[in-house]
Amino acid sequence: MGFVVDTVGDVVVVEVEGQLIVGNRQELKQKVLERLERGDREFMIDFQNTGYIDSSGLGVLVSLSKKIREQGGTLRLANLNGDLRTLFELTKLDTLFEIIDSR
Amino acid sequence: MATELVLELPNDPRQIERAVDSVLECCSACQGHGRKIRLNLRVSLTEALSNAMLYGNGRDPEKRVRVAVVVREWEIEARITDQGVGFNPRRIPDPTAPDNLDKSRGRGLFLMRELMDEVYFNEQGNEVTLILRLRPDGKARGTGGVSV
Repeated sequence: MGFVVDTVGDVVVVEVEGQLIVGNRQELKQKVLERLERGDREFMIDFQNTGYIDSSGLGVLVSLSKKIREQGGTLRLANLNGDLRTLFELTKLDTLFEIIDSR
Repeated sequence: MATELVLELPNDPRQIERAVDSVLECCSACQGHGRKIRLNLRVSLTEALSNAMLYGNGRDPEKRVRVAVVVREWEIEARITDQGVGFNPRRIPDPTAPDNLDKSRGRGLFLMRELMDEVYFNEQGNEVTLILRLRPDGKARGTGGVSV
């Protein structure tokens, strides 16, 4: 379980391996904010290898999206499986994020 | 015939994943309900345990959380009890309201309510019971708590 951060062109891509939950959400937040402070503005979080996101994980995505937008940047979410997409739809967070099928 | 499982957990969020896995194993006989178990039960149980440890017990490492699960042919009942003072679930705002969408509060309880057939609290508000029906005609057993 962890996060792999890569840069593809101008986009910072963060792969979430395993789960995004109360126990590791701060780590994701820290990694993204470090890059935001260094001047990066385009972010993508890739959930290709993510089994589960809890409400704390959803909350940290909301918080990051807000901070990135305040700095004039964008945050996109990619490769959500059917279960994860259901969570975003139920909570209406699919209206807050740009969700794409693949990178 | 019912299968029962009781877990007494230390108030440590790192224990949540293993506890949920134990409950899901206990439900392995519920064939044909894969997504309900994998998504609805897993998410709701995780959120209930997280709420109990972080908010109910206030992250106090001296406190504990009790999980009591009964798996019946027609339903799964999970009761999660913390050692906190309790709360009023009616005061939690709707996280899907446009003004609340970018706030963090209430999303766990909302998911429980959306994904389970029945969610109710005891009078004190430190115990939540989750009911997942496995049959359309499955009857949930209420104990007079506060439905939300």
